[in-house]
Parts: sequence; C-alpha cells; structure tokens
Amino acid sequence: MVAAIASDCAVRGSTLTLREVSHSFDLEGQPLPVLDRISMQVRRGEFVALLGPSGCGKSTLLRLVAGLDTPTAGSLLTEGSEIEAPDPSRVVVFQDPTLYPWRTVWSNVALGLEARGLLRTHRGRIEDALRLVGLMSFANAYPHQLSGGMAQRAALARALVNDPKLLILDEPLGQLDSLTRIAMQAELVSLWQRSNFTALLVTHDVEEALLLAGRIIVLSERPARIKAEVVNSQPYPRHRGDPHFVELRREVFEHLGLDEAW
Amino acid sequence: MSSVIDEVPRPSEKSGFGFFESSTTRSLIGGLSVAAAWLMVAALTAFWPDKPESDWVYTGGFALACGALALALALAAFAGVRFVAFQRLQRLSPWLLALALFLAAWEAVTAKLGLLPLPFFPPPQAIVEVVIDDWGRLAEGIFASARLLATGYFLGAAVGFVTGVAIGWSRLAGYWIHPVLRFIGPLPATAWLPLAFFVFPSSFSASIFLIALATGFPVTVLTWSGVACVKSAYYDIARTLGATQRFLVLKVAIPAAMPHVFVGLFMGLGNSFAVLVVAEMLGVKAGLGWYLQWAQGWAAYANMYAALLLMAFLCSGLITLLFRLRDRLLSWQKGVVRW
Repeated sequence: MVAAIASDCAVRGSTLTLREVSHSFDLEGQPLPVLDRISMQVRRGEFVALLGPSGCGKSTLLRLVAGLDTPTAGSLLTEGSEIEAPDPSRVVVFQDPTLYPWRTVWSNVALGLEARGLLRTHRGRIEDALRLVGLMSFANAYPHQLSGGMAQRAALARALVNDPKLLILDEPLGQLDSLTRIAMQAELVSLWQRSNFTALLVTHDVEEALLLAGRIIVLSERPARIKAEVVNSQPYPRHRGDPHFVELRREVFEHLGLDEAW
Repeated sequence: MSSVIDEVPRPSEKSGFGFFESSTTRSLIGGLSVAAAWLMVAALTAFWPDKPESDWVYTGGFALACGALALALALAAFAGVRFVAFQRLQRLSPWLLALALFLAAWEAVTAKLGLLPLPFFPPPQAIVEVVIDDWGRLAEGIFASARLLATGYFLGAAVGFVTGVAIGWSRLAGYWIHPVLRFIGPLPATAWLPLAFFVFPSSFSASIFLIALATGFPVTVLTWSGVACVKSAYYDIARTLGATQRFLVLKVAIPAAMPHVFVGLFMGLGNSFAVLVVAEMLGVKAGLGWYLQWAQGWAAYANMYAALLLMAFLCSGLITLLFRLRDRLLSWQKGVVRW
C-alpha cells in the first residue's frame, strides 16, 4: 500500500522559486516588517529546512508558499507559475494538527478528496494513508480520543492523501514528546524518500533540520533575512553522534550566533 | 486538543438514599417501603371518608390506582432480586417515596380535612376526573398547541439559521441584516401581538409569525456567533486542500458552529413556549393556553391544573427531544450537559 501512494507520486515534486519576497504586517497602522527580500530556489524533490529563532517569520513564509497570504513585495513561483491561491498540490501540515473535532479520523483524512470531489474515485487512498501512518485501527475514532502524536500523524495522513508535489511542514513535530518525535522524524524521511515530493520544513530544532533536510537555510531574527545556507549531503539514516553531523551542528549553531552557548 | 485534562470527575451515580446501596436485601427493603407508602396513599384515600358535602366521583378510582401502583412496585422490588432490569428502578425509589408522601398530604388537606379553600385547590381525584371526563377537549388542545408550536418553531429556526449563517459569512448580508436584528431582535415577540392579530388574515397565522419571531432571534444570533467563532485554522486547512467557498460554508463553518446553534435552538424553544401560551390565551381559540383561560373563566380549577400538568409534560418532552437530537448530532463533543 505504501508502494501505491509512492507510485502515484511518480510525477515527483515541484520546484519552488522565491524572488525578493518581503512581507509586513499592519500593526495599529504601523507596518511591521516580517520578511526581508528572501530569495531562494528549491529543486524538484529536495528537502529544505528553514531554521530560525522563534517568531522570526518562518511560518509567515510558509503561509505565502501555501498561497494563504500574498506577499507585500516580490514573487513566489512554483514550476514557473506564480503562486496566487492555495492549491491542493501544495499541502501544509501545521504545528497544531487542527483536525476537525466533528469528523472521525477517517473523514478528516478524507477532507481533501471530498473538497475536490474525488472521494468516490479515490476512496482507497484514505486507507492507504491511514495504514502508512499506523492509524488504521483508529479510523473511526474522534480527534478528542487521540493522543497528540496520533493527532499529528492523522494530520500527516490528511496531507499525504492529496498526493502533494510540495509538502509544507510547519514545525509539525514541535508538540510531540521526544520519543514520538524521533520516530516521526524517521518516518518523515522514509516517506519523503519513497514519494519524492519536494519538502519544505520549518523548525527551530537544529538537530531535526540536520537529520531531515539536504539543505538548511538559516534565517535571522525578525525581519527574517537569509543568513546562511548549510548543505548536508550525508546519506540517510543519519546519526546524531556521527563526527560530520556534529561538525555541521556546530556550524549551524555558529550561524545562529549560539556557538559558545550550547 | 488535550485528551485527558478536561476529564472532570463526575459524581458517581448512586441512589439518593445512602442506606439503599448495593446489597440486595437493602434494595428489597427500599422497594417494599416505597410500595408501602403508595399503599398508604390508597388506604388513606379509600378509608378516610371525604369531608361532608363533597362529591368526588373518582375517590375510589384514585385509591384503586394508587393501590395498583403499590402492588406493581412491590412486584418490581421482588423482581429486582432476580432481574437486573428492575434494579434500575432503585434510582427512582427516593423520588417515588417523596411523591407518595406529597400525594398523601395533598389528599389529606383537600378532600379529607378541607383545609384549603375550594375551588382553588381541588384534591388529586378531581384532576383525575378532569383527565378522564374531558380528555377529548384536552387532546384537541394538545394537538392544536403542538401544530401551532411546530409550524412556528420550525419556520423560525430555519429562517434564523439561514440568516445567522448569512450574517456570519457574508459581509454584505451582515451590513444589511445586522442593524435590523439589533433594532428589532430584543423586542419581545409578544409586543407584536396587537399588530400581528390585525395584519395577519387569521389568528393562527399571526401566532405562527410570533412564535417564529421568538424562536428566530436567538437562533440567528447564536448561529451567527457560532460561524464567527470558527477557528481560522479550520479554513486554512480546507483552503490548502482545495475547498471551494461552498465547501467552506457547508462542511466547515456550519458543522463547527453547531454547538452554538443548539444553544440558540434551546433558547428559541423556551421563548416559543411563552409566546404560544400568550397567543392562545389572547387570540387563538384552541390549544392548551386557550383551555387554561377557558377553565379559569368557569372557575374550573381542576381543569386548569390538568392543563398545566399536560403542558409541563409537553414542554419538558420537547426539550428532552431536542437534547436527544443534539446528543446524537454532536456525539463528537465531550463533556456535554445531560438533561
């Protein structure tokens, strides 16, 4: 069943280009700049992590990529065309699972298919996705009956069912306990390897970024600017104790200005 | 999202009397004492002569009915030793006992001692008499009231719901409807009564309008607030998954607003009872409200109590029905109030 989802994704991921993207919020009449001329290029099937201090504007950047908001200046392109509105080929997994409490796990996962009128033809994908995240026996449970980790896995299944070309992960593991978190990190990597979507992960956890991503973009404090880029070409699965890993971690911390502190 | 924290410890469901707990003999004794209390009501009614110059036709019948209930309760108490199904009755026994004592006292101070003035305080057998002799008119009244209430309530709830969703969703609808709602909504529906009775072709249609108005206001306001309170994250999720506006309204906003909508429906139902009775007393020539008024006009207080009792059953039954519907539709919620 894993193969079924993976092979459906044969189209592979999509590219993503950001050109001089700036964004500011309107705070009591005063513009509050959040993003400052961010430019970057993400290749098909790449796993990129955006790393930065809390509140630096990472999540805002993801909302722009998802098409939920439009930038104040600059442009975002996927596969050469401008991102103007949300599209099911770019799915977000938010920090909070935000399952609909009135729907069972099964119908929460079915949400995207239902919204696009594909429920009848693609019904089988729901079970595949549930099995993939190990929630098959909870298909009929309501969200309030799930633990935090289970809810987040359900949210992941809800995203994967739509066969995304770009999976946007907004600190999806931030609220999990450390054991579940480690397991989910490994699951995310193998999922990405099998399905080959492009992944954009926002996190403030340096180790998580290094474990999952091929490239780490370090952002500054608000307004966020690109401070540095760290490439991690180590093969998966990666190990926290590996000397090269430790070296990279030191480098990333340095970029964050925390080299002495940790 | 936490699944454990809001688990409020609930008082365990026990019978109201501590000494009836658990052991079979105790519950048998409890059940039998309830039966004995009802037997006492029967005996008191049957063997203590009514005060002179009274002509309660159903004194014997009432005594017999109480006796029959006593017998049934005794049998149930014995059956409870063997069958689990009858043990449910144990929870009721303190109430059944209290009810028997109340009836005995009522019987004593009215029919037997004549301490309370007639015709304002008839004995229980007078009410039994009304229910048996005048059941035709009472049934007609129930039917008329139910028809009026149902029509007005459904109309008001439907219009209120649609309006509420419209205000909550569309800025344009909000701009035009909100001021009207603010101006007219708080006006008690009964204030429209004189106007409604001459504008509408019949008192029936006028009452439907009033009941719909009384129901519609709370339903509108709460549906609106429900739709306005939906977490924006719910919309974000649906939008990134390719939802249309229609999907956002029907599958996100409305289900998320349902708990609020039900609060509105409950408030509307309460309001509609009040308007129903007033409308029936003042204009409509049918229904329980009209019966109440009519009975009072003839100083037939027993009839009035009977109608009141039926009305209480009707209203309480409808509220229960609405609670059942809510429990069924909102079974995904937890920690809801049990009616």
